[in-house]
Amino acid sequence: MFGKLDLMQLQQLWWVVVSLVGSLFLFLTFVQGGQTLVTSVAKTDLEKSLIINSIGRKWELTFTTLVLFGGALFAAFPLFYATSFGGAYWVWIAILFTFVVQAVSFEFRKKPGNLLGPSTYEHFLFLNGSVGILLIGAAVGTFFTGSLFQLDDYNLVMWQHPLRGLEAAFNPFNLALGFFLVFLARSLGAMYLINNIDFRLEMMRDFDKRIRKAAFGNLLAGLPFLLFVLLKLAYMDGFALDPASGNVQIESGKYLHNLKAMPAASAFLALGLILVVIGVFSCRFSRTKASIWFGGLGAVLVGLAIFFTAGFNNTPFYPSAFDLNSSLSIYNASSSRYTLTAMSYIALAVPFVLGYIAYFWHLMDREKLSTGEVSDFNTKETY
Amino acid sequence: MDQLNLTMVNWARAQFALTAMYHWLFVPLTLGLSFLLAFFETLYVKTGKEEWKRITRFWMLLFAINFAIGVATGIILEFQFGTNWSNYSWMVGDIFGAPLAAEGIFAFFLEATFFAVMFFGWERVSKKTHLFATWMVAIGSNLSALWILVANAWMQYPVGMNFNPAKARFEMANFWEVLFSPVAISKFTHATTSSFQLASLFVVGISAWFLLKKRHQNMAKKSIIVASVFGLLSSAFVIFTGDEAAYTNARVQPMKLAAFEGLYDGEAGAGLVAAGIINSKKKPGDNQDPFLFEVKFPGLLSLLANRETGSFVPGINDLVYGNKEHNIMGVSEKIANGKIAIELLSQYKKALKENNPARAEKALANFNNYKEYLGFGYLASPEEATPPVALTFYSFHIMVILGTLFPIIFLLFLFYALKGSIIQKRWLLRLGLFSIPLAYVASQAGWIVAEVGRQPWTIQNLLPVSVARSNLTPGTVQTTFFLFLVLFTILLIAEIRIMLKQIQIGPDFSGMPEDD
Repeated sequence: MFGKLDLMQLQQLWWVVVSLVGSLFLFLTFVQGGQTLVTSVAKTDLEKSLIINSIGRKWELTFTTLVLFGGALFAAFPLFYATSFGGAYWVWIAILFTFVVQAVSFEFRKKPGNLLGPSTYEHFLFLNGSVGILLIGAAVGTFFTGSLFQLDDYNLVMWQHPLRGLEAAFNPFNLALGFFLVFLARSLGAMYLINNIDFRLEMMRDFDKRIRKAAFGNLLAGLPFLLFVLLKLAYMDGFALDPASGNVQIESGKYLHNLKAMPAASAFLALGLILVVIGVFSCRFSRTKASIWFGGLGAVLVGLAIFFTAGFNNTPFYPSAFDLNSSLSIYNASSSRYTLTAMSYIALAVPFVLGYIAYFWHLMDREKLSTGEVSDFNTKETY
Repeated sequence: MDQLNLTMVNWARAQFALTAMYHWLFVPLTLGLSFLLAFFETLYVKTGKEEWKRITRFWMLLFAINFAIGVATGIILEFQFGTNWSNYSWMVGDIFGAPLAAEGIFAFFLEATFFAVMFFGWERVSKKTHLFATWMVAIGSNLSALWILVANAWMQYPVGMNFNPAKARFEMANFWEVLFSPVAISKFTHATTSSFQLASLFVVGISAWFLLKKRHQNMAKKSIIVASVFGLLSSAFVIFTGDEAAYTNARVQPMKLAAFEGLYDGEAGAGLVAAGIINSKKKPGDNQDPFLFEVKFPGLLSLLANRETGSFVPGINDLVYGNKEHNIMGVSEKIANGKIAIELLSQYKKALKENNPARAEKALANFNNYKEYLGFGYLASPEEATPPVALTFYSFHIMVILGTLFPIIFLLFLFYALKGSIIQKRWLLRLGLFSIPLAYVASQAGWIVAEVGRQPWTIQNLLPVSVARSNLTPGTVQTTFFLFLVLFTILLIAEIRIMLKQIQIGPDFSGMPEDD
């Protein structure tokens, strides 16, 4: 089946797989967004508990998707893995740090004897949802703005900036992308909470209203950043790969050219943004609980558009602004044909995995999370 | 190699050791306790007795506390290959990345999805679906162990691959050879079954504490029976797979075997050290006695290594300096060949760059004669091929002694629990409680043997740690080392406190007849 594909087709297939995993992660950042809503939306301890328990039943999916994103990049594009993680050291360490502290926070927050007290763990959750997502956005931004590195003859990376990756967060484009992702995550988080929590009790009405407002308000707050990113993306100088020579050069308006050359990517971008807007508007101005599905699908499509624009149409997805020819494309950073083929068979399990996740998600969420469930002192299985 | 890089490599090694050992404090309990939960819950579903459900829920709470910190400490390990060992990631990513991605697809999502069903789903899904979820968590965790141990086994015994000289990296040639390598199989079975032992001791030990405190005695006795049966069965596998591991070690990593036995001069009919104190001044090639004191079982090491009591087991000196009689090439010769390989590889790459196919082909043909020694070309001296002997030796012996003690503990617990007199055997209950930390010591010691015993190699005989590194300053790695040391230590203290508190609170049997 995959044995018939040539190396280039496999490289493209794997960029699609990696893009899909990355885009699903973008959707699943509703967990991180929800973490940051605790302080701004919840007024009582009960409301706080509802938010944390609601997203607390999904956080591992987001976390695992991030890990798989890393694993898939390692397996399919090991040179990227080596170059970016070994080069942009501090930005990745900082991101990882926020995920380490997130992983214990749900479980430890309310347990007696937790050493640091509940508020510390809540701060950890906030840190992960804000700084963590901001830095991921900044790191993804370097797919377009480039980084400062050089590869030697044996592909060992020599990073050329003393901040080792953190400099990405000082570039306006990267920063704007990061802020947009933070606000998008918050908006998705709010839409998810609306879907997941039982608001039928009278006392919950106001909470419901506040969350719906948050979905809208956060998208609004993210809008200037989004517009800046889109405008900049259309007009900025981009990195172009000459397929014949393998050389990389600067091309003005490269990413706009990419969007024009790939109708699928532009369609995903447009449709994705429309779906996010529909989700957010329906959340704010109707009583529906289904907004998250529009918003989520929209986020996935926007993600795909970003990754496709970064990596397809002869574009190096991890460009070096320091030494153009050290730039990484899906063609020079990939694994061998054999490995990509073997991995493709393994990836056949992905639809099956998505299937059981969806099925058990449905089973678990048929009944919405109620106030009784999180305030029941007889059950210890609450966060 | 200059001093600066050496310092960086050592800090990166320290960081890897730190994060891996912290992670491994939590993983074995996850691997074993997940199965014990599945057993307890199966008993609940089969018998319909509410009591088993309460027992399951108590142990599940402890499982969840441990699981969270296991996840937290695990993410660093995956990304650390890239951050601190980027040259390694590039040179073997073609092979090493695949099991990591497979682990994500096949295992982590099972754990992530079904953990939520198991923990929060008691009232949300049917009894049988819940039981299914609990089993899936157990299978998922152990599948994740499978993939990561396949990856680790490949570093110990690199198979199923070729060197691609144009890219200067190793590429996968046979996925099945990587997956089913003998080292992978013995590693997976040994690591999982020893983790089952640890989890069983955890359950036995905590139950013993309840019995000592005369609380929840019924639950404690039931838990002891299930866990000691599981522990006993696991112990049989641990011994069998441990023997298998030693046998494969002798084939693929004779230096590790020599190090963990402190064997400097190889001999036929070599004895196994039962107990000993290593002479810390002993160096390869000198005339000092390797031991200050030792007791040996005659012929047993030969039996363990080659399944023949009279057979020859090479020692560190044979492996470092060569032994013509037994046809062992010394490290100096390998280093010389390795340096030729490095030179030829660079000639080949230069010729490619200059577009000189004739020269490239010649260099390549020549290189192929020397390529198996490539990694040795980066060693500074033959003695560098020796791992730290004392640490490997003591870890191995601690592991083996404790691993032999555990089945006896399980047997005693099972015997007295079935006989009904366990409550009177307070010495045994105390021993059970005390065996919990011992299980952790044995488990950590096992990894020290496996990893320290492989030094100086990241990938046995192919890639020394000094080449596998990233281009970072020692200060950078030092900073992250201390960052993780402080963070993980704080989280560990928090975890232990939470765990102890929950054990003290005990299971919830409210609304049920008193269980004592």
